[in-house]
Parts: sequence; structure tokens; C-alpha cells
Amino acid sequence: MTDDKDVLRDVWFGRIPTCFTLYQDEITEREADPYYLLLPRVSYLTLVTDKVKKHFQKVMKQEEVSEIWFEYEGTPLKWHYPIGLLFDLHASNTALPWSITVHFKKVVELLFFLKHFHCNLFLVSRVRERLLRSANFPEKDLLHCHSKDVIEAHFMACIKEADALKHKSQVINEMQKKDHKQLWMGLQNDKFEQFWAINRKLMEYPPEDNGFRYIPFRIYQATTERPFIQKLFRPIASGGQLHTLGDLLKDVCPSAITPEDGEQKTQVMIHGIEPMLETPIQWLSEHMSYPDNFLHISIIPRPTD
Amino acid sequence: MAMPSSLLWAVDIFGRVYTLSTVGQYWELCKDTQLEFKRVSAVKQCCWGIACDHQVYTYVFSGDVPIRYQEETYENQRWNPVGGFCEKLLPSDRWQWSDVSGLKHQQLDSFTLPSPHWEWESDWYVDENIGGEPTEKGGWTYAIDFPSTYTKDKRWNSCVRRRRWIRYRRYKSRDVWAKIVSHDEPDQLPDPFNDISIGGWEITDEPLGRLSVWAVSLQGRVWYRENVCHHNPEGSTWSLVTTPGEVVQISCGPYDLLWATLWEGQAIVREGIDRNNPQGISWSTVESPSSENGIMHVSVGVDVVWCVTKDRKVWFRRGVNSHNPCGTSWIEMVGEMMMVTVGLNNQVWGIGCDDRAIYFRQGVTPSELSGKTWKAIVSGRESDRSQTGSSTSLLSAGCFFTDDIQNQTSAVIQGDADPSSDTELPGVPSSPASTALLGAAAAGNGPASQAETSAQLPVDPLHSEQGEATAASASNEKDNLEMNKSPGNPNPSAELQWINIDLKEAQKHPVLSVSSFADTSSLSSLGVFSVGAEEQYGADEHPLWAWVSGGGCLVDLHSPLKWFTAPSGLSSSVQSLSLSITPAQTAAWRKQIFQQLSERTKRELENFRHYEQAIEQSVWVKTGALQWWRNWKPHKWMDVRVALEQFTGSDGMRDSILFIYYMYHEEKKYIHVFLNEVTIIVEVLNEAKHSFALYTPERTKQRWPIRLAAATEQEMHDWLSLLNMSCCESRRIQGPPSHHAIWSVTCKGDIFVSEPSPELEAGPQLMPCDQMFWRQVGGHLRLIESNSRGVVWGVGYDHTAWVYTGGYGGGFIQGLASSADNIYTQSDVKCVYIYENQRWNPVTGYSSRGLPTDRYMWSDASGLQECTKTNTKPPSPQWSWVSDWYIDFSPAGGTDREGWQYAADFPASYHGHKTMKDFVRRRRWARKCKIVTNGPWLEVPPVTLWDISIIPSSDADDEEAVALWAISDKGDVLCRLGVTQQNPAGTSWLHVGTDQPFISISIGAFYQVWAIARDGSAFYRGSVSPNKPAGDCWYHIPSPQKQKLKQVSVGRTSVFVLDKNGNLWYRQGITPSYPQGSTWDHVSNNIRKMSVGPLDQVWVIADKVQGSHSLSCGTVCHRTGVQPLEPKGLSWDYGIGGGWEHITVRGNATEAARGAMPDTAEENPAPSKEGEDESKGKTEHSKTPLMVSESQELDRYSVNC
Repeated sequence: MTDDKDVLRDVWFGRIPTCFTLYQDEITEREADPYYLLLPRVSYLTLVTDKVKKHFQKVMKQEEVSEIWFEYEGTPLKWHYPIGLLFDLHASNTALPWSITVHFKKVVELLFFLKHFHCNLFLVSRVRERLLRSANFPEKDLLHCHSKDVIEAHFMACIKEADALKHKSQVINEMQKKDHKQLWMGLQNDKFEQFWAINRKLMEYPPEDNGFRYIPFRIYQATTERPFIQKLFRPIASGGQLHTLGDLLKDVCPSAITPEDGEQKTQVMIHGIEPMLETPIQWLSEHMSYPDNFLHISIIPRPTD
Repeated sequence: MAMPSSLLWAVDIFGRVYTLSTVGQYWELCKDTQLEFKRVSAVKQCCWGIACDHQVYTYVFSGDVPIRYQEETYENQRWNPVGGFCEKLLPSDRWQWSDVSGLKHQQLDSFTLPSPHWEWESDWYVDENIGGEPTEKGGWTYAIDFPSTYTKDKRWNSCVRRRRWIRYRRYKSRDVWAKIVSHDEPDQLPDPFNDISIGGWEITDEPLGRLSVWAVSLQGRVWYRENVCHHNPEGSTWSLVTTPGEVVQISCGPYDLLWATLWEGQAIVREGIDRNNPQGISWSTVESPSSENGIMHVSVGVDVVWCVTKDRKVWFRRGVNSHNPCGTSWIEMVGEMMMVTVGLNNQVWGIGCDDRAIYFRQGVTPSELSGKTWKAIVSGRESDRSQTGSSTSLLSAGCFFTDDIQNQTSAVIQGDADPSSDTELPGVPSSPASTALLGAAAAGNGPASQAETSAQLPVDPLHSEQGEATAASASNEKDNLEMNKSPGNPNPSAELQWINIDLKEAQKHPVLSVSSFADTSSLSSLGVFSVGAEEQYGADEHPLWAWVSGGGCLVDLHSPLKWFTAPSGLSSSVQSLSLSITPAQTAAWRKQIFQQLSERTKRELENFRHYEQAIEQSVWVKTGALQWWRNWKPHKWMDVRVALEQFTGSDGMRDSILFIYYMYHEEKKYIHVFLNEVTIIVEVLNEAKHSFALYTPERTKQRWPIRLAAATEQEMHDWLSLLNMSCCESRRIQGPPSHHAIWSVTCKGDIFVSEPSPELEAGPQLMPCDQMFWRQVGGHLRLIESNSRGVVWGVGYDHTAWVYTGGYGGGFIQGLASSADNIYTQSDVKCVYIYENQRWNPVTGYSSRGLPTDRYMWSDASGLQECTKTNTKPPSPQWSWVSDWYIDFSPAGGTDREGWQYAADFPASYHGHKTMKDFVRRRRWARKCKIVTNGPWLEVPPVTLWDISIIPSSDADDEEAVALWAISDKGDVLCRLGVTQQNPAGTSWLHVGTDQPFISISIGAFYQVWAIARDGSAFYRGSVSPNKPAGDCWYHIPSPQKQKLKQVSVGRTSVFVLDKNGNLWYRQGITPSYPQGSTWDHVSNNIRKMSVGPLDQVWVIADKVQGSHSLSCGTVCHRTGVQPLEPKGLSWDYGIGGGWEHITVRGNATEAARGAMPDTAEENPAPSKEGEDESKGKTEHSKTPLMVSESQELDRYSVNC
């Protein structure tokens, strides 16, 4: 008999084979080889790319090296989205390995520096001009990630938000600081056991409730500008029936549902698979949430062929 | 969540009896629908009721085990020189047919069935067994004269002889209402009955299933039913109990609490109920909580009392316990009820005054006996299911009302309710259904319905005829409809006192909004009601209840109920429980996810495995401060630092080392343990320390483990969990145990399992059993039995039967080392005993003033440890008390009526009556404690068990039934039907008749069933086969000389028995044609328990084993040198211990699996020469599936790695 626990393992150990190449305009001392890596689907780009950074820094001029950021076919990749979500949203149904372009730009720091030290405004504006001209760090799309602390803060904020929805924050608030740390360390060091030893508490609920208070989910659509949809949604209908994935979509994103007679135009993806719309949302939330405790659902156009 | 189901009983206003299961969602109509009832009172095993004919009926559940009663009589004969032994006795002799004492004349034909509910099982036959030994044919036993000692052998001076005739009668009226037929004199017959209550089963265990049945007659007199017990479900006679006034209603708790209400409105409380006096001694009176309104109804539990006064208010009695059955004061509770009922666990139900719905009191816990809120049970009736579904229409009743009323309602609720409480919860006050119903009731609570309600309740016994009339008219739906439509509300403000807050004292009602609500609701609902009325009541959808009884209904914290949400197709299918795969698991969506995930992994990983991993695995060290039982003398706990280092080998496998850093003469030192050498980690819980022991083979030889203790239970469990996981990881063990696993249980009830290596039973170099690795499985059991097909059953200390679900982990093993789907809550109950010791002195007689040299006056069994009632704690923090201290009357040697055992001095052997030479006495006090844990176990209700045996291996294929035999805790022999690999729980029990209670049973590989009776004699069951699972008859096998046997175990062909003095015996001379064998051969002494496996391997728990550092009691030992020609083996190999209680090796048939020993594969048991062909054929067959399952296991591991 297959165990639901295996789903947790499969979700955790999901890997995306990735090929990193340096952006052609980057100034290098010599030709850079592409770098191949298995990226954990549940982690964050800037958390697992130390090796990539090191690899490309070797060929970069020191003074050119700055904050690293990634892009896939012209789309800047948001580091604060889990890797699996980025892949599902932008690159599913494409050939593997996933090819990601690496950018380095120092100017941002420079700008920051100038601002900080009250340099004259003229200089600042000059620098900004240059920055914009050379299509550098996409301030509009990406958050800065100066250190791992930023990722940790973001990750913990997500977990807290999710628990606020699930348990009115009761579980996360009852945890000790070291438990919070263990969650983060578990993710950072890819320790499934260490992470789940704590995370299982976040997945519990009083037996009389039959589920969480609200399901923490976010729905992303490749085709819209809007970053994501997030609403309050209960796992159990007022009549006691379990809400399904289909119910959720019908409620918050009806465009994703294929009309009965219509042709299937979209794919609903979680962790690279398309669960059936009959799947209970509570089960999905318990078993297929990302480590940040959110169910990140991608809705993408179905490939035509 | 697994739980055994129990039933809530209720009667609707038409007199129909329904039951609602704690695992169900629908009210089911009682199977026997011939009669209409007024009252029912239920306990777990039966229900008593008063039908509309005012007669008493009892409804006994059918079960797999019959209720049977043994009648016996003795045939006596005397020898004379002329005719030899003959019927002619001397004039001074006893009757020719008499009872055992000879004083009572009883001929065979003088026995008649006590009531029409009984039938004879067979004709009379002669018992050929005397004190555990078979007699000659004919069953005669001889003596010199009457009365005397009888022997089975005839001697020269045997002048008299007698034999025992027995015949069984069987109670046949099960699953039907059986009328209680009265044999009393017509003029002493009680008048028609009005109320009934049953309980009192916890007052004493003897006789089995004893019940107190109390009834109230129409004239207000109280009657007690004598001799109601398991084998006499109807009892014998009614006896009158005088009362200080006319009684209208009575309630009897599970223990010694009995309250009744008087016509004048007071309650009377029975005092002095105990083991010797189940009827009690005297009454005391308790006044009603309010002077204007007397008590109308009362209901009691173990130590709680609830009552309803005539104004329908509900009250809780404070301070009630065994010593003060009257309690101290009343507290008013929120809500208005027609009646309330207290069930098991002190849970409470009531019938709403206006809507006639049944409410369950939520939040009743040992610390908060009055609970929190009333919650309506919305379960529909089974019969409504085909229709629109009653509960949904119940909910939709809210639509009859206009919006503004609902707004006002919610305003009132918000004003009253605790602001922090979730008003969206479907509690009584906030659900639109109940407010709607309140309104409806407010509208319809007219004079007619008032009359109707009073007729349903025992307010006036003189009105009973009217009550009957109303019941009859109530069946007329139109009348009922009229009644509910009648306008006017005599008591409008009473309708709204439903809120979330617990006690009434705590709340203040905004009077204004209440009255305005009442007005609007009665007005507007009246207007709309007539439109919807026909639909609502005409279709008979919402059941209106008249009576409810929770005395057989067990609700506890761990069992979520499904009574409060409207049943719907999906949720019920998702939540439904069974041991086999749940529908949710088989659901297409689930399959799809599994399938897609594995496809995804294939797609995204298969061709890219050579890529580098983004995150490198690093050493993970856990450190902490623990205490260590130091190696050198004086031994004591000392503070140490502990570190666990994990490292990943080049093969990707992890290994760990545990370091313990300590100070020795101010010098820093450490010891370290490689976790791949650890054989077991055992929790050693006691009240003082949270400690655990860690063994390696070396430490097992020494009998001296590494002992560590943590400051808190949580910290210990963190370490245990981590260390266990690390051990399993370094030994590459994961997932559930294999079918061949060896299971064992410690004296603490902890369960351990070990994977046998093929070298354990065969091979050039046998694996010593101290090298076996044991891992813990959650749960708490007294014994466990398995077979090589993966069927595993266990029995708890409370005799509950459990079946293994195929999971792993549970208990403290949480998270990943534990499976998710098949771990369920498990609980167990056992007793803690202390002794009260007294010495006799000439002045005061026996007193608690002992000699200075005496033991403590309150002590443990040895007398060495002081144990008082107050300082004695449950065995560990996992246990909690579930009863008060009570006198235990069951110690060996017997007790007097007050539980005392006498002896000449401490310590000595005790007896149950005082003699001249006795200067000391003691009595045993018991207190029940309960553990709630979890593990891969599901309860197999309802029969509780003493022993189990599963056929070790058989050539049957997967679909075929697995033979499983058991002994119930009453001593009945049972055979489980329908047990297969897929359904290890089986379907039902088949009862196998015996002439006396049994204590041990075992079935061998070829269906040889052996059993031990309570008198210590052995029996062989003839002709058991797959086609005849229960066999045909018992053959009595004489025991070894002067020994009383206590356990039997049958392997492939070997039969071993254990006697009460710890001797192990082998049955010599067994052949297929003569399966009973010929003689007993002594093998060993000092044995506590044994298990003979499918390879005829012998494993035991030995009483004492000497190690190099210490001695251990309860040690696992393996018999070495067991060969086909040497089935008794040669010597013992010592394994894990002490503190072990039980082991089963009956799953381990992995002898020839690897083909390493071709000669052992040919091995055939020596005694089977005569039946060589037959048994050889079977052996080969039985090996084939073993090979298959072995390879499957290997596959499974390779997938997982």
C-alpha cells in the first residue's frame, strides 16, 4: 500500500535539472562554461545557487561582480517564489534541463551607496540613467536579496501567514524560537526529517474540525499581470462536505475551469503534476503545500499540440 | 481514527426505539419493532425497557459467544456384595440423584428451562474429568463413603461412587425484546411499571456481567431485580425496596450512585450500596434546587448527578462522590430540557424542551464535569436516507423565517456569547436550524403540546392511562400537527437561554431584546409556519424524541463524533473507517497523484542523476544535557553532556555515533556507542525519572545497559525518536516489519519487533540472539501473536483485542519513522495495587498499629515500599487515574467479605478467612489507570480476549482463510472466521463449546489445536481442518504428574506446554495418525512464557538469567540445537531482557529462504515418519510462498533505498 507519507517525500525531493549560463553582456575575463545543477523544487533560487555564483565569479572581473539574479527567456525569476513554482509557471512543457540565464550587476549597490552617503544628486541620477539603459537589475520585478537572512525572513513570514489562516496563528505562536530555526535549517540544509519533525505540528488540526480554518493557497497565472490570487477559503463546506480543488478554482478563479463542453485550455499545476479537480483541498494542503505552508497553484495555458 | 463503536439509545414520541452509533451518522431503528416503548435504559451489553404495555423487556445483543449455563447433578451409587455398585443406597445415604453436597434431591427430569427465552443445547451427558484429570469411561469417581474425597481410581475400600451429569442451556432471545416473565406469587407481583434504570456493573466483577436493575411501578414503589448477570440476563425475581415516598423516576449509575425522584419534588439518594449490598441500605433526601419547582427527572453517572426541575431547568449537582452520594449544592445550567441522561465517562445528553431534539453536552471532561455547551445531534434516521435527507431539511427550516428575525437572533447571540468564541461553529445558539426550531417551538408550545409532554414524562403516575392514550394519538400525525400549530406561548422568555457560556450564573440577558425577539418570532413564525408546517411535520422528517439513554454510549476525547454535521455522500465516504483500504485511499484522485508524482520524478530526474546536488549533506550533530547512570560504584545519576554525530558514508548511507561526556575525578572522559551496534533502546518510565536504556550485544551479556535520563518527557521522546531513527537508518531498516518479524512485549506493555535473519534458526553459524535488533512499535499490549502471512493480533491489559494494521511507528515515534494512514489511537487500562496491612492486638483487635518491626501499614505487595493511597502515583506520566481506590476481592487465596486476607505473620501465605492462629491481615486496594497512545492497531470488538493463536504458516493461498483461535476473558474457546491476509481482522467468532473455562490455546501448522483449561488440564481438539474450522470434539490429555498446566504452544509438529511451576514440557510420541502423543518429557525449568514457531523453533521468556554485571528477570531465550531428531534442543541462548513478558516467533519461517542449507531444506520433523508423504507434501507447499514473499520484501527495500 502506498502511504501518504510518500507524497511528502516525493514533494520534498523533487529536483529540476538546470543549466545555468552567463548573460552574454556580462563582462568576463574568459569564456564561462554552463553550470549544471539539480535544484530542489521546494527551495529558493538564491538559497541554492552559491555554487553557481562561485562558478561564474571565477570568470568575472571582481569589480563587475554584484548581486546575482536570474532570468528565463526574458522573464526575471523571482527568488521569493519557490523554484518548483517558477518552473511550473514559466517553463513546464519545455525541454529539460531548464536553462536559466545568470546576471550580475554591481550598479545597484553603487546606487545605494551613493544615496546613502548623500552624494550629489547629479551623480545619482547619472548612475540611474546608466543602470536603466543597460537593462540591469529589474527593480520592478525582483526583490533584493542581500543575504540569506532576507530569504529566512520571507520564508518565516509565509509560514506565519499560513498558520494565521490555518490555526489563527496558534500553532506557530506556541512554538519555540528553536523550532522556527529548525524549520528554516531543515529547508536550508535539505533535511526532510528535521523539517517535518516540526512542520507536522503545523499540519495538524483538532479532530472535531475535520480540517484547517482556511486553506493557505496562492494561485498564479502565467497569462496575467496580477501576481497571484489569494482569498479566504474553507476546506469544508457548510454542509460538511470536503471542498475540492475544483471547488476552489470555481470560487476564486473560474477562468481556470474548463467549461463542460469546452476544450481544455489550461493546466492546473502543483509540483509539476496536475491533480484531479476532485482532490480534496484539505488533503492537498496537508500533503502538497510547499515548505512555506502555502499551496502554490500555477495555471498555465495547455500546450496546443 | 479507529474506535470501537457503542450505541446511544432513544425512543421517539411514537414509541419507536432507535440507536445511534458513535461511529455512525444515522439513527437506526431497533431490529425488533414489534413493540412500542416508553422508556429504555441501556448499558453496553444490553438494554432494558418498559413498553407501552407497562411490562419490562430486556434486549440482549447477539454476539458470537452464546450465553450458556451449565446445569449439573450427581448420580450416587453404593457397593454391596450382591449387586456390586448399584442404585440401592443406605437409608442414611444421600439421594440417588443429588447436588454436589448431597443435600438436595435433583433428578435429571427435575430441571426445567427458567423461561421461554432459553433452550437446551444438548441432552444430559457424563463429565469424564475430575480436577483436570480424565476418568475412566463412564465418569465414575470413587470414595470410601459419602461425603468424602473422590478419586478416579477404584480401590479395594471404595464403597461408594458418583458421577457428574451436565447439560447446557442457552439463552436464545437475543437481538429481540424478551419479556421478563415473573414467577412471583400473583399477589406479590409488582403493579405495572413506569420507569426503569440499569447500572451498577462496576460495583463488583462477580458474578460476571452483574447488573443492578431498578424499576419504579405506577404506584410509586421501587423494585430491585435479583440476580441479573451475564448468564442470567433476565434475573430471577423482583424484590420491593421501601421508600420514604412515592417515587416517579429512578437513575442508577455504573457504580454505587442511585438517585430517584419523589412525587413531591425531592430527590432521594440511596446510601450504603457496595459489593455486599448492591441494593444499598437507606435513603437520604435532597431538596429540589428551587422551592417552587420540584425535581422532575434525575440522572446519575459514576460521580455526577444532573436533574431537571418541573420548569424544565437543568441542574448539576456539585460535590458528588462515593463517600458523599448526596453532593453539596445545585448549579443551574443553561438550556431547558425534558430529561437528561448521563452515560459512560460522565457524558450527558438531553432532550430539548421545545424542539424535542437530542442534545449532547460538549466539553465534559474529568476536570470539567459540567461541560461547556449543548450541541444538537442532527443525525437523520436510516429510514429517511432514501428520502430527501432529514438533516438538510432540518437546516432548511430556517428559511421559513424572515431576515429580520435572523438578524435579531444573531444580535442576541453576539451580545451574550464569549467574544473570543467562534460564532461560526455549528453550536446550538448560532445554527440557524436550532434558532428556527426554537422559534417554531415557541410558536407551537400551546396547551395541547403541554399536555402531550406531561404525558410523556412521569410527572404524574396517576395519569399514566392518559399517557398511553396520548401515545396512541401521537401516532396520528394529524393530531400531532394540530398540537404544534396551536398558538400561544405561556413562557416566552424562556426560549432564548441558549448560549455558549457554561454556567447560567455567568451571564446576563439583555431582557429587552429577548422579549422583542420572542414576540416577533411567535408572530411571524406563526404566519409562515402554516405554510411550511405540513412539509415539516407531515413528512415526518425531524425526529421528535421522548427518551434517550446514554448508559451504553462511550464518547471520549479521542473519538470525534459525526452526529453534528448533516451527512453527505462525500464526507461520509471519506471519513468511513475500515481496516482495509479506505475509500479515500482508493479514490481516483489519490491514485492519480501517486502516479503523476512518480512520472514527474522519472521525467525530471532519470536522465539527470549525474548532475550535482545543489545542497550538500552535512554532518548533523544533536547535543544536549542528560543524566547517566554511572558505571562505577556507588551507582547514581550524574549530569553528562551528550552528542549525536551523524555522517554520510560514501555509499550515501548514514551512520551515527553517540558520545557521552562525563567527569571522573575531575577528569573529562567520554564513552561512545556506534548506533549500528545498538540492539534496542527501551523507554524505562517511572514516576521519578524520564529514562531510557540502550543495549548492545555486549551490554546484553552484561545485563547492564547504558541508562540515560532526560529532564522532561518531551526531551526524552525527542532523543528516543532521534536515536531510534538513527539506529534504523544505520541498519537500513525502514517501513513496516516483514511477515516473518518476531514480536515481543515488555512488562510495561511496550511492543518491540525484530527482523529475523536467516542465520537465526539455521546455518553453519547460528546468530546469537543478543545480536537481534529490536525496534519499537507504538501501542500498549499484554500479548501479541503473529504468523508468517503477516496476520498479527494483540491483547491489551484490559483484554481488548487488537489487530495489526500493517503500519509502523506510533507512540513517541512520530513523523517520518511512522506511517501516516494506519496509526490509530489505542488505549489500555490496568490496575495499580497497594496493600493495607493490619496486626491484631488484644486491646483493639486488628488495627493499623503494627509492631516496630512490621512492614508499612500501607505498602506494596512485598511490604518493603510504603504505598499510601495519596502518595501512590500512576506507573508513569503517560498513565492517568480513571477510578478511585477500591477494595480488590480477587487476590489468590480468597478474601472475606471486606476483602481481608489473614495470615499468622508477615510475610506468609494468606487465606480468605480468619483462624485462631492469625495475627495479621491485609487487603488489596486497586485503582484503575488508563494510557492513551497510538500505534498500528485497530480494535476488534466486542469480545475481550485472554489468549490467541494464529496458524503459523499454511499452504493456503492469499485469499484463503487463516485459522485463528482465541480464548475469551470469560474462558470461552473461539474460532475466528474470515481471517485472510487482506482482512486480518476476520469477520466473526465461532464459539467452540467446552465444559469449563480455558486459559491457553495454540494451533499448529497442520491444524493441530491444543488448549489448556483453567483447572490446568490439557485438551486436544479433533478433526480441525480448513473445511471444518472448529473441529469436532475435545480429547482430554493427562497433564505431567502433579502439575497444573498454564500455556501450550504448537509449532509445525512439536507441542510444548508450560506448567504453573515454570517447567517446560515436550510432548513425545506425536504422529499424524496419533496426534495426541503419548508422554511428557521435561525440557527446562525457570520458564515464564514460550512460543514455538513454524520451524518448531522454541523461544521462551525465562524468569531469571545471570549476566556478568547483573541479573535479569523476564529474558528472551532461544533454544539451540533443535533438530528434527532432537526436537527438545540442547541448551539456551540468551537474548534481550529483563522485563520481557511475551514473545512470538510464529511468523518466522525463514529457514531455507536463502537456500544456504540444502540439508535443512529437506528437514522433516522426526515424529512424522508414519505420515512422511503427507507432511512432506505440505512442507514443500508451505515453503513456496515463503520464497515469494521474501523476494517481494527485497524488492520493496530496493525501491525505498
